[in-house]
Amino acid sequence: MAKFMVMARDSGEYPDMSPEEIQGIIQRYMDWSERLRRDGRMLGGEKLGDGEGRVVRREAGALVVSDGPYAESKEVLGGFWIIEAADYEEAVRQVSDSPHFDFGTLEVRRVEEMGDDS
Amino acid sequence: MTGGAPPAGVGALVDHLFRHGAGRMVATLARALGPARLDLAEEVVQDAMIRALQTWPHQGVPANPRGWLFRVARNRALDHLRREGRFSGTLAPALAGDGDASGGREMDGAGDDELAMIFMCCHPALPRAGRVALTLKSVGAFSVEEIAAALLARPDAVAQRLVRVKRQIRDEAIPLELPPEREMAARLPAVLEVLYLLFNEGYGAHAGENLVRAELCGEAIRLARLLAGSPRTALPATHALLALFLLQASRLPARQDEAGDLLLLAEQDRTRWDRRLVAEGMRHLARSAAGREVTPYHVEAAIAATHAAAPDAERTDWPAVLRLYDDLLAMKPSPVVALNRAVALAMAEGPEAGIAALGALSGEAALARYHLLPAALAALHHRAGRPAEAARHYRDALALPCSEPERRFLTRQLATCEA
Repeated sequence: MAKFMVMARDSGEYPDMSPEEIQGIIQRYMDWSERLRRDGRMLGGEKLGDGEGRVVRREAGALVVSDGPYAESKEVLGGFWIIEAADYEEAVRQVSDSPHFDFGTLEVRRVEEMGDDS
Repeated sequence: MTGGAPPAGVGALVDHLFRHGAGRMVATLARALGPARLDLAEEVVQDAMIRALQTWPHQGVPANPRGWLFRVARNRALDHLRREGRFSGTLAPALAGDGDASGGREMDGAGDDELAMIFMCCHPALPRAGRVALTLKSVGAFSVEEIAAALLARPDAVAQRLVRVKRQIRDEAIPLELPPEREMAARLPAVLEVLYLLFNEGYGAHAGENLVRAELCGEAIRLARLLAGSPRTALPATHALLALFLLQASRLPARQDEAGDLLLLAEQDRTRWDRRLVAEGMRHLARSAAGREVTPYHVEAAIAATHAAAPDAERTDWPAVLRLYDDLLAMKPSPVVALNRAVALAMAEGPEAGIAALGALSGEAALARYHLLPAALAALHHRAGRPAEAARHYRDALALPCSEPERRFLTRQLATCEA
């Protein structure tokens, strides 16, 4: 088993939805993550702050801090989950029924374990 | 990770939590902000729900979803007021208070706020169509699209109607409060009328045709229960209206067969009538008899109760139903009531009497495009043993506009006449 980070990106914009519709979408996310949790695949998740962030770099020996990186990207990284899967094939299968594809993309990245030499 | 735990294993959100919660929160916030800021109240509540959509999928549903939503909405409202340079401390405690984590305290008076909101939305100074749309928007938390679908109107027309009615509320300073007791009897009818319209719109919808329309019945029942639950608004007419809704709604599960085709009252499997709703309806009907006043709601509820009490169509007390329709027609002279009375007459005294009564209605302009007039004539001719005559009327009915399930029903009836 390996850990995978599933990063959720979307436009950050939502059409005019009614409370009933919004609840329906949340329920689909909950059903999805609940299934992963039941299968022992969901390790957790976090929401990232919207429209904020700092990019820190060193230029000519001094740290330069700038706002970002949201400005350069059409899709913003809204949050992430950590899931467990045997390999990429399974990780992709686990996220394939996520409702997120109605709003944006998911990026799946394996977390390197200490001692991995692959 | 949040609290070291994976997204909470909260299986399912309570049905309509957001819709009903939104109505309550808008009411509470609009009451604190003032009716002129109804738009702001609606905007911050919408923001809070979007915030939940962005957050909950990653972090799980909070322990108190309602409290969470209210806190976010209230904080947005406070931010907005601060940006305008207004001191939030002058606002009602619901907004200015240092809301505790549960959010429960702030929402305690929400029932009153919602009632006040209903009375504002149904204020007699507002045009009727505006009252209906605004009640759905601000109390029911339906979107413009949903209201348009529910009322079979165009979304832009609904949006305009809402803008106009909100402007009128501002311009005429229509208050967001429960009318004082001495005015209640005068103000309540306009509220009950809106709920009656909502329920009938929903009751006229058929499964599979339009989901939002069917939800109008549930919303009308919810609001009528709210009115019946408060001593200030629980007048006899309120109980009568709620009784009518519950007794009618009890039959909804039996209205179609497995194929989704309509069933006549006589054909319905009465074991599928919702007995809990019948019992609740009967209780409210009993309470509606408390005063001297008899409204059309009383009579319509009594008709529905007579059906609910009968084991089948044969053993229904049709003479009683007929007398009630006579009463109703005297209070509310309308061609549609007269049509229903004629059908009851046919059941009480035979098809020829019903046909004669329907014949008297054939010149009514209001029924000229109403498919149920020829459909009723057809059914009675069929019962009287004249299938050819019945078929002619079914064809007339099919030439008029009606819903798809009704069209299938009429086509099926026509086939039995021609067999």
